[in-house]
Amino acid sequence: MCLGIPGKVTETFDRNGLRMGKVEFGGIVKEACLTYTPEARVGDYVIVHVGFAISQVDKAEAEEIFSYLQQIEAETIEQPPGEPGAADNGEVR
Amino acid sequence: MKYIHEYRDPDGARRLVEVIRRLVTRPWSIMEVCGGQTHAIVRFGLDELLPREVNLIHGPGCPVCVTPIEILDTAIAIASRPGVTFCSFGDMLRVPGSRQDLLQVKSEGGDVRIVYSPMDAVTLAQEHPDREVVFFAIGFETTAPANAMAVVQAARLGLRNFSVLVSHVLVPPALRAVLDAPNCRVQGFLAPGHVCAIMGTEEYWPIVEQYRVPIVVTGFEPLDILQGVAMCLRQLEEGRAEAEIQYGRAVRPEGNRLAIVQIREVFEPVPRKWRGIGEIPGSGLGLRAPYARFDARTRFGVEKITAEEPKECIAGEVLQGHRRPCDCPAFGILCTPERPLGAPMVSAEGSCAAYYRYRRHAAH
Repeated sequence: MCLGIPGKVTETFDRNGLRMGKVEFGGIVKEACLTYTPEARVGDYVIVHVGFAISQVDKAEAEEIFSYLQQIEAETIEQPPGEPGAADNGEVR
Repeated sequence: MKYIHEYRDPDGARRLVEVIRRLVTRPWSIMEVCGGQTHAIVRFGLDELLPREVNLIHGPGCPVCVTPIEILDTAIAIASRPGVTFCSFGDMLRVPGSRQDLLQVKSEGGDVRIVYSPMDAVTLAQEHPDREVVFFAIGFETTAPANAMAVVQAARLGLRNFSVLVSHVLVPPALRAVLDAPNCRVQGFLAPGHVCAIMGTEEYWPIVEQYRVPIVVTGFEPLDILQGVAMCLRQLEEGRAEAEIQYGRAVRPEGNRLAIVQIREVFEPVPRKWRGIGEIPGSGLGLRAPYARFDARTRFGVEKITAEEPKECIAGEVLQGHRRPCDCPAFGILCTPERPLGAPMVSAEGSCAAYYRYRRHAAH
């Protein structure tokens, strides 16, 4: 019900005084109301829920999970575990 | 980056599980609040990847599931009226009322329509001035700005044939109800990411401080959920209780100001009954006086419908995390998605539906 799908704004326009946009989700284009994301421009990603963009995706924050992983691995995993992937990635930073 | 598949990376998941394994020193129970998170957990088997010490409890965050049966009966009463076009999100159509569901009303000739957005209902009202168009406005805070905008737009357009049956619910009072339950086992929460994309984290700090319980606002993809679990466990292990954000790409601490203003313009907090849980004060939204003319209950004179929930359905216990769907004797036998006894078996986000779809064979 609170499903929100990230999609890319490909066009913006006005309808009945509301800021609207076309948003592309992996090839499917749907209209969404952009009133609540006034800063979203063509090319930006927004999270769409029931035809409304509820949030603009923050590109820097979107990468944070990967730096978190490296940081917390460095803190919690002194001895590299058996799996080579984990050990290699843990040593990147 | 398209912000979906990057967060389903199996190697990232393995690394996060390893981090969790090393963080945990004793058993902890964490509730994921949102039904969308429950589905991701069961679908991707995240609970089975976690160390035995980490127990995930499924929460009440499915608005379809917590909508009480009497509101379904009210919807059915309105939808059965001649001249009414009743619009709803698809999930609500198969939720059983006392005697029938909205889909049966449709099969008997009622004009019941599935809409993708509340604005579609406004458009229908504009195009069909001879019909009374009613929108079933359910949802958590995530959906409230959209539903508020539909009402505001109907007012701007001067529509007299549009109304809303409001059954909105709010997350923070539900968390308090979970924590106040005498048999509560929850020690930390993964808070729902999209609710907080609207509301931010401000409302969660008083809960964190009063109950000393960590709350991590979490996204919906496997890596989001595993990181949320890791952040929550870290707080628990370190004896901290804070409101943190895992889902930073969508959630700002202050939320979405414009959306909050719009919600407050149209709606005000009201007491709301939750299926299987009962009435929780201030846990719902109702129309404010300037928009009262859009209230479908008064327009159709159906304010007084009451109903009892079926006794064989343990939805209330499941929604509060006291029991799992497969603990229910009716699960998969008397109650299936085709013939549901209760809403959690119907909704795409109901935990009973998730277990039926992904865990049926393991359960029986």
